[in-house]
Amino acid sequence: MKVKYIINGKEEEYEIHPGEVLLDVLRRNGHSEIKGNCYLGTCGACTVLIDGEPHTSCTILAAKVNGKHITTIKGIGDLNNPHPLQKAFVDVGAVQCGFCTPGTILSAYALLKKNPNPTDEDIKKALDGNLCRCTGYVQQVEAVKFAVKLLKEGKDE
Amino acid sequence: MSNFKSIGKDTKKIDALSLATGQPMFVDDVSFPNTLQIKLLYSPHAHAIIEDIDTSEAEKYPGVKMVLTYKNTPHVPHTTAGQGWPEPSPYDTWMFNEKVKFVGDRVAAVAAETEEQAVEALKLIKVKYKVLPAILDPEEAMKDGAPIIHDEPWITGAYDPKKNLAAHIDIRVGDVEKGFKESDVVVEETFETQYAQHTPIEPHVTITYLDEYGRLVIRTSTQVPFHVRRIVAQALQIPVQKIRVIKPRIGGGFGTKQEIILEEICSFVTLKTGRPARILYTREEEFISARTRHPFKVKVKIGAKKDGMLHAISLYALSNTGAYGTHGLTVASNAGSKTLPLYNKAENVEFISDIVYTNMPVAGAYRGYGATQGYAALEQAIDMVAEKLGMDPWELRKKNHIKAGETSPIFRALGEGREGVTQYIQSCALDELLEKGAKEIGWFEKYGRPKRNGSKVRGVGMSMHMQGSGIPLIDMGAATLKMNEDGSFNLLYGGTDIGTGLDTVAAQIVAETLGIKPEQVIVYASDTDLTPFDVGAYASSGTFVSGGAVLKAALKVREQILEVAREKFGEPDSKDYILENGKVISPKSGKSITLSEIAYDTLYVKNQHQIGATGSFVSPYSPPPFAVHFVEIEVDEETGEIKPIKYVAAVDCGVPINPNLVKGQIIGALVNGIGYALTEEYHFTPSGRMTNPNFMDYKIPSTRDLPEIKVILAETYEPTGPYGAKSVAEININGPIPAIGNALHDALGIRLHRSPYTPERVLEAIRKSKEKKLEPVDPE
Repeated sequence: MKVKYIINGKEEEYEIHPGEVLLDVLRRNGHSEIKGNCYLGTCGACTVLIDGEPHTSCTILAAKVNGKHITTIKGIGDLNNPHPLQKAFVDVGAVQCGFCTPGTILSAYALLKKNPNPTDEDIKKALDGNLCRCTGYVQQVEAVKFAVKLLKEGKDE
Repeated sequence: MSNFKSIGKDTKKIDALSLATGQPMFVDDVSFPNTLQIKLLYSPHAHAIIEDIDTSEAEKYPGVKMVLTYKNTPHVPHTTAGQGWPEPSPYDTWMFNEKVKFVGDRVAAVAAETEEQAVEALKLIKVKYKVLPAILDPEEAMKDGAPIIHDEPWITGAYDPKKNLAAHIDIRVGDVEKGFKESDVVVEETFETQYAQHTPIEPHVTITYLDEYGRLVIRTSTQVPFHVRRIVAQALQIPVQKIRVIKPRIGGGFGTKQEIILEEICSFVTLKTGRPARILYTREEEFISARTRHPFKVKVKIGAKKDGMLHAISLYALSNTGAYGTHGLTVASNAGSKTLPLYNKAENVEFISDIVYTNMPVAGAYRGYGATQGYAALEQAIDMVAEKLGMDPWELRKKNHIKAGETSPIFRALGEGREGVTQYIQSCALDELLEKGAKEIGWFEKYGRPKRNGSKVRGVGMSMHMQGSGIPLIDMGAATLKMNEDGSFNLLYGGTDIGTGLDTVAAQIVAETLGIKPEQVIVYASDTDLTPFDVGAYASSGTFVSGGAVLKAALKVREQILEVAREKFGEPDSKDYILENGKVISPKSGKSITLSEIAYDTLYVKNQHQIGATGSFVSPYSPPPFAVHFVEIEVDEETGEIKPIKYVAAVDCGVPINPNLVKGQIIGALVNGIGYALTEEYHFTPSGRMTNPNFMDYKIPSTRDLPEIKVILAETYEPTGPYGAKSVAEININGPIPAIGNALHDALGIRLHRSPYTPERVLEAIRKSKEKKLEPVDPE
């Protein structure tokens, strides 16, 4: 069967099997920026935004989200024009191996859209589903706080 | 220190922005046309002989290109441990074995056009097993008459396979029996640590293909690219020359990727079919078939004099290496060699270890590497000695720890599977760490005064640690540096950054040495065709060994640059030139020249040559980093739940070349250690099958499990390391089990002798301690 998504603002059409999960469909079609392969929604590395909400793409049937807006890490910034969250993760030292980073940043992105002034607890709650074995999370939480600052400075300009 | 321009600065990790923007940087982010997908069949039995294996139906399944079993793959005994050569681990496995030795041991592999086809074809393989009695308990393995796990005649390098002994260690200094007799107090306790796993978020993955010359290229998630090349060459009996190993970015390793467990299978398929091949472990496969931490049972006996001086220490470590002996000897060695020198005031010391085979998952290298298991026992026993002496355990540690200028006979007696190397400590800030850490946690106000709030009780605990920096006179790294027209440099080196930031540290070392910015160093690492050798990422060797090689190469290049500058300036004997801001400056004559001008001149105009050099580093030193950990916990007497409230890690890693990266290493390790102390544990059926191979049932820490964490760096200058640096990667995983265990004792007066400290175990210990209190007191 065929599905259509609007991925990072661009319409894409894919041929899929009805039983396939979104992660596999997107990766097969070149979206290698989405990581993860636990297929239980437990590690969070495959997080994407579906209509702005963070979801683990390994537990969602590709067919079920036909027609939806999907945002991957490439949809919020790139090497030349990184999103303040991407910049903050780099500046604060919150990226070690970087395998969990895209999913973690997207969870933080969804949080800041809803809540531009999160407390530490809000941040920890938002990132709770994104497992990281390298950083011990402290610098990730600091990075989100730093991004909040960068976003505010950006608005003041 | 303040004169440094690049060292000690928070240079941004050079790969961080690419990673944070989702560039295709990992093994599996790149795909090759016509790739065969490989899936593996695992043994459902803990111990069995494959009497017959029929792959004919599987071979006929649509899309299937090959089925691999022990029947059609090379029978070359080797070890999967990616260690220096000759390896200290036994040659106790073939690529596929006729006899399977744990639930999860591989039986066959299918290579097919799609993963689905490979999975379906696996189901068609008919295996007739002769099930053998299994040994799941290491103590059973050592009993007379126990089934022999490795009875194949071809095994070599194991200590006594007929007794299921993969290795054995017996090191004695002084006379411990006499020492215990002379002691005023003696503590003897046994502590057990559990099966646990690294769980890098990127599982093991390998892609292989033939290049345009027919050479085998292995793109793999490894910590040891050069060992991969050597061991694949060995296992497949092909020349090293035919193989190129490429390590792209790696999604975490922590030791589990110091193993060659997929590369040889993938390579075999590519060599036989001529097609690219790929294996990617699922999370479940990662748990059941990759490597784990060696579970230990450690008997510790310590004797001390009334004044608090330790007099005799005996450690006996029973290590369960599981079905294969990979890293068995060396992990156990480290349980002694990385712990006992810390208490060098004890004159009588022994370390004895049996490393036994069982029909359980295979243990391997895991951050901490035996020191973690050793400290779990030793650092709790130290608290118990203090209690018997009526002394503050902080005071006891302060009296007994090793200091700069001192040595320990253990350094020489106990090496990595062979005799070690004598060393004197040249930098040690333990006193400062003890002072600052105690202040931060409020030790002297809180210790011995548990605070109760209903059923919740708070207590504090501490522990003290050392590790090493690479393996002395064994680990070697090399680096090549060459100059470009714009004064930038290519650094080609074998160092293996697995997410830790080593490539950034390497760039900072070059920048400092040549007076340029780290951004002017283009780092390319870990490609066996293009970079010089390095043993890889293990034993806390990155900054010290690989970084040491980078420094040597940079110093040679510096000298070449100065030689050109002297000629340019007409100052042949000048020795005091300064390299800064991309220029060579002669302070006396005031002359200066840019590195770019030197590069253009030497590449195109005069006395033409490539400014560049290769440096190799190997050292008789392995300077230990030191750490003191303090933790305040809250334990709920009703639920048994332990909650760490505040964790202080005071660390001496020499000069922190990049403080931000150092902080990340420290916190990452200690949070991993908190998981190991509180929740992480393999569960097994009575027949040896792991029952919790997923993140739902095997709980690693997430953001909401975090205590307040405070890192304190006490800066020392280590003269044997690059710009004063020592290692920092492993040491901080060693603290949580003993520190939290000691805090639990401070809070409730109970002590658990087995980790993790789950609510069930805490409640059980509370119940037992209450029963004990009800018993009539023995009149004395």
